[in-house]
Amino acid sequence: MSLRDSWRKCLSFPFLSEIVAILIAFLLGSLVLLFTGYPPGQALRALFRGAFGSRNAFGQTLTQATPILFTALSFLVSFRAGIFNIGVEGQFLMGALVAALAGTSIKVLPFPVHLLCALLAGGGGGALWALFPAWLKARFGAHEVITTMMMSYIASYFTSYLVNYPCKAPGWVAQTHPVERSALLPKILPPTQLSFTFVVALAFAFFVFYFLFRTYLGFQIRAVGLNPEAASNRGIPIASHQILAFLLSGFVAGIGGAGEVLGVHGKFVDGFSPGYGWDGIAVSLVGRLHPFGCVFASLLFGLLRAGGMTMTRVTKVPLDLSLIIQALVIVFIAAPRFIRLVFLRRKE
Amino acid sequence: MPPLLEVRGLTKSFPGVLANDHIDLEIEEGEIHGLLGENGAGKSVLMSTIYSLYRPDEGRIFLRGREVHMVSPASAIRCGVGMVHQHLTVVPHLRVWENIVLGEEPRRGVFLARREAFRRIEALCRETGLQLDLHAWTGELPIGLQQRVEILKMLYRGASLLIFDEPTTVLTPQEVDQLIAYLLRLKEGGKTIIFISHKLREVFALCDRVTVLRRGRKVGTIVIADASEEKLAEMMVGRKVFSPKRGEEKPKETVVLAVEHVSTLPERGKALHGLNFVVHNGEIVGVAGVEGNGQTELAEVLVGLRKVRQGKISLRGEDITFASPKERIKKGLAHIPEDRHRRGTVLDFTVTENLLLGFEDEPPIRRGRWTIDLPLLRRFALSRVGEFEIATPGVDVPVRILSGGNQQKVVLARELSRPVSLLVACQPTRGLDVAATEYVHRKLLDLRKEGKGVILISADLDEIRALSDRVLVLYEGRIIGELAPQSDEYQFGLLMGGKSLVAQG
Ligand SMILES: Nc1ncnc2c1ncn2[C@@H]1O[C@H](COP(=O)(O)OP(=O)(O)OP(=O)(O)O)[C@@H](O)[C@H]1O
Ligand SMILES: [Mg+2]
Repeated sequence: MSLRDSWRKCLSFPFLSEIVAILIAFLLGSLVLLFTGYPPGQALRALFRGAFGSRNAFGQTLTQATPILFTALSFLVSFRAGIFNIGVEGQFLMGALVAALAGTSIKVLPFPVHLLCALLAGGGGGALWALFPAWLKARFGAHEVITTMMMSYIASYFTSYLVNYPCKAPGWVAQTHPVERSALLPKILPPTQLSFTFVVALAFAFFVFYFLFRTYLGFQIRAVGLNPEAASNRGIPIASHQILAFLLSGFVAGIGGAGEVLGVHGKFVDGFSPGYGWDGIAVSLVGRLHPFGCVFASLLFGLLRAGGMTMTRVTKVPLDLSLIIQALVIVFIAAPRFIRLVFLRRKE
Repeated sequence: MPPLLEVRGLTKSFPGVLANDHIDLEIEEGEIHGLLGENGAGKSVLMSTIYSLYRPDEGRIFLRGREVHMVSPASAIRCGVGMVHQHLTVVPHLRVWENIVLGEEPRRGVFLARREAFRRIEALCRETGLQLDLHAWTGELPIGLQQRVEILKMLYRGASLLIFDEPTTVLTPQEVDQLIAYLLRLKEGGKTIIFISHKLREVFALCDRVTVLRRGRKVGTIVIADASEEKLAEMMVGRKVFSPKRGEEKPKETVVLAVEHVSTLPERGKALHGLNFVVHNGEIVGVAGVEGNGQTELAEVLVGLRKVRQGKISLRGEDITFASPKERIKKGLAHIPEDRHRRGTVLDFTVTENLLLGFEDEPPIRRGRWTIDLPLLRRFALSRVGEFEIATPGVDVPVRILSGGNQQKVVLARELSRPVSLLVACQPTRGLDVAATEYVHRKLLDLRKEGKGVILISADLDEIRALSDRVLVLYEGRIIGELAPQSDEYQFGLLMGGKSLVAQG
């Protein structure tokens, strides 16, 4: 084998581009630290210790990865049908709110039943929030990038209003009453926040994979996403499948929001999402728009979040550093992909 | 004097494919050099490598005797090499003149020197006789004129070696004649041209010498005067090629498709007016006409992608006027779309997935309520690939990397993989090599022999006349007449030009 061949083989190593991008992101992050006068070695050590240095740290990483995995899967499902559901954040928030309402207001149901109801209600809330843009697209051809983004802002202000005024529990904090015990997802690694939600998220990753790549409906949805003309030529209805994918996407996002409320916080706290929905879009792209890729990408982002918090506490390096690394990963992996995808679509 | 372009030992491989294997090529100044070969022989890859879109694994390129190391199309353009690709690359949302100067805009300071640009383009148009409305939106022009924009773009950049990768595949016969005339004129003007085509007629009309590739290797270069169609075909395929003949059997009396007084509205295309015809079992009905007279729309109406406003369509006696595409597929209607990239295949799907498209929700591939039976699907795909001799590195590669002929075979394999009662074949051999064309023709004739109905819509009159039992001529969305395939070309010409024979008496 010639040198050139082995070089090429090396380049075609799976996920090499991702790994290199991550390394470069960490390298540039260290440089930033160096120039701002913090010792990078110490900071990075703290970051990694905070991410998986102990049982608690590990639990934190998984906890942080969970909502992002849901939102990444949500974006992925719509994207595979050729839809840019940019408004995952809104569906996530609505899911969380509806789950919180179901969790607080229903008082008669026993444990697993009530929990299931609250979860499904959350999923339904997310799906419902996706229904309107889906309808606008099917009926008037309104572009979903714009409508879902606007719906997202509406959701953010609407939920905030609700927990600040009509649904506010007494006290200083803008939040709902705590969810009934019968609707809570059990914690799996006390004293960390890690709850059963994470397992549900993994199950959803598998479910999305199975749906897209093993069922005929998923196959049809992917065909519609890649080439609607060919799909309709072979008898696959485009509009109904896109609406279906849209609703499913909203459902997954809604379950994600519900999982946060029922598993982590136990109530809807105003502003509890630092933009999980938006992160999910980037994570989805970093994960090569594949459910299993999303699992790894969300773990990476969870690691940066959890580790970043410890790093800030221990070394006084601002949390922004881990956000910088996160941003660099996005710039190196997700952004080029996003641009390519958008432009390739335009060309056809 | 050294040749204008000399290529030595050029090799280019892709994972699993050796696309060009030590190819030597010499192009003399001022000649039109034909490049022939089967689908997937490596013609496009060779030209793209010369144009520096791909980096060769090995090999050297000389221009006028001097070795050049071109690293990008931009440097190829600086060296005077221009290329018109198999798929056009003009920007549809720009005006014609903007497309021509794009990337090479004459400037005055930071401003675009519009007037100068115009002067230069107009001079160029006069010189070459390529007339164009410079202010038109490029995307609104017919393909033939868009191609003209590409040619002017190359000339504007001062290219002296012009590469044309299958320029005639997308053109109507009239446009082909015009293109040939222009190319000859460019040659007189001192340009050197490399011309890729599967149509030997065009090669004979144009080329001085021809180089033939087969499976990535060069078979040889011959002077056109020494060549015959049979000889070239044999060089390309490695065996003799026979155009299959229509059997003697008479079509049956039974009607498989009846179209009665069908009209449509003129949305997204031409309106159809009062179409009225039948197809019998065991019959190939050709549909001829100048492109854009309703052929596409007719196919869409038949497969259910276009609404019927009036009239009735029945398949084997069942009314399918308002049936969905899916229902029609189930009733045995097969369809080869005219554009295999847009309608025929999902390019990013694998060969297997493309073969599955349209059958995914039916047993036995669908097992249980939802699931696709992967092992069964794989066996199904492998057997299709074997039966239809689809040349592919595997069934799990995207269809995008297959050559045009093999993409078409994937479509054919899918459409014929269930019992067919009627096949609507649109431009089924467009862009296919002689062997693949022969193959497709044989399949159509097999269907006929088995007593199925076939509608053959094609821009290639020779193809239609060779295969059809009867020929309908479309003009402005109407069937203006019906001819026997033996009728002489003059009669076809009259009808296709809209001169009804009946009206003439
Ligand atoms: N980007 C690519 N990646 C992998 N394989 C490729 C790529 N481009 C071409 N090939 C393979 O290289 C071979 C030569 O392809 P090429 O496009 O040059 O054929 P061609 O002679 O132009 O055929 P056609 O007449 O159908 O246009 C084919 O087997 C094709 O599958
Ligand atoms: Mg080619």
